[in-house]
Amino acid sequence: MLGLLWLIPAFPLAGFVLLALAGSRLSRRGVALVGVGSVGLSALAAFLVGGSFLLSPPVGEATTQTLWSWIDVAGFHPEIAFRLDALSLIMVLVVTFVGFLIHLYSAEFMIDEEGYSRFFAYMNLFVGAMLTLVLADNLLLLYLGWEGVGLCSYLLIGFWYREPENGRAARKAFIVTRVGDAAMAVGMFLLFTQLGTLQIQELMQRASAQWQVGSGLAVAAAALLLGGALGKSAQLPLQTWLPDAMAGPSPVSALIHAATMVTAGVYLIARMNVLFGLAPSVMLAVAIIGALTLLLAGFSALVQRDIKRVLAYSTISQIGYMFLALGVGAWSAAIFHFMTHAFFKALLFLGAGTIIISLHHEHDMFKMGGLRREMPTTFWTFLIGSASLAAIPLVTAGFYSKDQILWAAWASETGSAWLWTAGLIGALLTSLYAFRMVFLTFYGERHSLVRELSPLPALGIRIRLPLVILAVLSVLAGIVELPRTLGNLPFLSDFLHQILPGTAMKQEGAGTELLFQIVAAVVSLGGVYVAYLLILRRRQLVERWAQSPLGSPLHQMWFAGWGFDWLYDTLFVRPYVWLAQTNKQDVVDLIYVGLARLVEALHGLLSRTQTGRVRWYAAGIALGAVIAIALAVIL
Amino acid sequence: MASVPIDHALILAGILFTVGLVGVLVRRNVLFMLLSIEIMLNAAGLAFVLAGARWAQADGQVMFLFILTMAAAEVSVGLALILQMYHHRKTLDADAFDRMRG
Amino acid sequence: MNIVFYIAAAVAIIATVLVITRTNAVHALLYLIVSLLSVALVFYSLGAPFVAALEVIVYAGAIMVLFLFAIMILNLGQQDSEQERRWLQPATWRGPAILATVLAIELVYLFVASGGRLPSNGAVEPRQVGIALFGPYLLGVELASMLLLAGLVGAYHLGRRPRPQEQGGET
Repeated sequence: MLGLLWLIPAFPLAGFVLLALAGSRLSRRGVALVGVGSVGLSALAAFLVGGSFLLSPPVGEATTQTLWSWIDVAGFHPEIAFRLDALSLIMVLVVTFVGFLIHLYSAEFMIDEEGYSRFFAYMNLFVGAMLTLVLADNLLLLYLGWEGVGLCSYLLIGFWYREPENGRAARKAFIVTRVGDAAMAVGMFLLFTQLGTLQIQELMQRASAQWQVGSGLAVAAAALLLGGALGKSAQLPLQTWLPDAMAGPSPVSALIHAATMVTAGVYLIARMNVLFGLAPSVMLAVAIIGALTLLLAGFSALVQRDIKRVLAYSTISQIGYMFLALGVGAWSAAIFHFMTHAFFKALLFLGAGTIIISLHHEHDMFKMGGLRREMPTTFWTFLIGSASLAAIPLVTAGFYSKDQILWAAWASETGSAWLWTAGLIGALLTSLYAFRMVFLTFYGERHSLVRELSPLPALGIRIRLPLVILAVLSVLAGIVELPRTLGNLPFLSDFLHQILPGTAMKQEGAGTELLFQIVAAVVSLGGVYVAYLLILRRRQLVERWAQSPLGSPLHQMWFAGWGFDWLYDTLFVRPYVWLAQTNKQDVVDLIYVGLARLVEALHGLLSRTQTGRVRWYAAGIALGAVIAIALAVIL
Repeated sequence: MASVPIDHALILAGILFTVGLVGVLVRRNVLFMLLSIEIMLNAAGLAFVLAGARWAQADGQVMFLFILTMAAAEVSVGLALILQMYHHRKTLDADAFDRMRG
Repeated sequence: MNIVFYIAAAVAIIATVLVITRTNAVHALLYLIVSLLSVALVFYSLGAPFVAALEVIVYAGAIMVLFLFAIMILNLGQQDSEQERRWLQPATWRGPAILATVLAIELVYLFVASGGRLPSNGAVEPRQVGIALFGPYLLGVELASMLLLAGLVGAYHLGRRPRPQEQGGET
């Protein structure tokens, strides 16, 4: 069964090739069959492989399947090889399963679009690249997948290419992540030149053998890889592209910008945990960046009007939690949160998609309202998803994963009260903005737009089924990891402990842990209540605050994502554009053009001596004679 | 036979030559240009004769004879050309014939 | 004899200068004839009577007459004199004058360097010239006659009036 490993990325890639070559000739049904089917088959293969792995684990808790040798030059021989271990198995299962559900949803969601086959081709390519990334045995293959997902992100954000804004957003995403990718490439060069290999397992061994903890090379390599992770995962300071990436269709936002691609950075750091362990300063940086990002994005999510932008900032914020977990050494907590986040964020995006399309592409939440009765399925699933996001205690998976992170932020050896406080405030913000979203959209008075369009058309089974399944998962997925105070089922962390190191914890009692859990629970419930008050009861209060002298600039700054776009525009974009415009005549070209012009000028001069007049020529001869005689006389 | 210093005689030749040169460069009428060229040729011949007289040999005069012959041939052809030019452009302006300009 | 030389030289120079400054073609021609005659006198004073005679007969007598014929064919009249006057502005003289002066200075410098007087041991008789022509310079004479033939043929061809059907085209 484990031999089926290579099929997992192969199915979607084959689907891509088929759709790219023959997609326009297939009917809608055919395209959907190929597009959804390939990912479905991949998910099936993933389950079979996973089942086999769990039931009869291979030796060394990992298996590698080498397909062929990719490059073989002077000691550098990366191969096309896939490695399955606990970490990659979890990633593969989530990516294929959630990917399959989203593809199923898109089959109906995108049914009226003109680029139907193009969409599924890109989506399949994406899933293939993501699976390559996750299963890669060496950093070069990982980078191939990394670039592949970046490309598909660009292609899919700019899917509706006729709108120039979408193209701009796609380019912005690509360029900002490129900055991170460049750092990552340099990091890979460093690793290869210092350690002589890019094969991950060997790399880890050699690194821990050759480099001291805290040595300069380890810190440099880890920091550079972190740069790549920051770009892909939209963390500070490379987070500006994700809100604009919402220009793509909702399934794209669900798959790429919520569940999978943006978590590639988390996966990278988890995969290279040995290297990061050798660089404690970088780990601290990871934690601090995570904490700052989750706060920044949380505040920004609080004041957005576009429902998808709220979710985008929410994604940035939740990945900040994952980074926080990684930074304090809570590796499995980060992966746990990744899993639950994939479920509920994909659910939220898919739900937002149905709302948007039912209201004829209306994104503004303030033009919605009262959709509770109009769209019941969407309402219930969306509510469950938001509850999981807000980490409503005990009943949602989000609670368990977020709680683990908060506890690790406090209790880990490298954790601190500051990090825990940041996480707690972030939790408050999360439930605030999540339920602000819910109340604005589904409760209250129906907006005139909604009343016009009512009754809203029913949704097909292909849309409702994924929503329901994801909702179920958002509730039940917490079962794999219950903390010691609430059942003590550390199944996931035990499973991941095969690969990821355990978290070094300070000695804290179970009582303290329970106390912290209660505090977190109170905070999240409190957030729901405050949101209820402000949105449904005292909306004027909010509006007055937004217009007050203190509130207004805050509101504007949070709305604009803390001004990072403006900052980057002023620091980088404007000078570069100015430089390009000043150099429009191309300074370097001037040398060559100048040469040509000089020759032309000389030619002009010379041709003016060709007057065609005899006397002029005679004078020339005379002048020459005079000079010649003068020379003869003088010399 | 005069026994003037050679430089004086040569200077005479030089001055005549220079005057002819000025004539070529200044006059616009081709006829006058041709005339000035004759002056120059004559001056050159004078120099040859002078040289022959210096050494009391016939070679200088022989050279002068050849120059004379050449001048005659040249003048006949040149005048024929001038007549042709006149028939074409109806002018004797040397500057009017500048189709070879670059 | 020296006096003869110097006077003839002066006349030659003055006449030549006048040649290049006249506006009337015939006047210029006549002054040139005067110049040629004075040069012939110079030749005689230098002891080269043969070429003196040749100068008068061939140069002044034939070549200048040829010029005269050409001028008469061209029928240059009052209009052309006016045109010549217009063309001969003082400004036109500047450049060539400078050039010629420089050349003259150079030549003078060169000539003064060679010193000596002309020997006064008699003229070169025509007999000597004849012997030289039929002796060492025989080939040159033949070539000169060829040259004259070429000039004859060329002048004939170029001087032809174009036939009626040839008119209107370029030659």
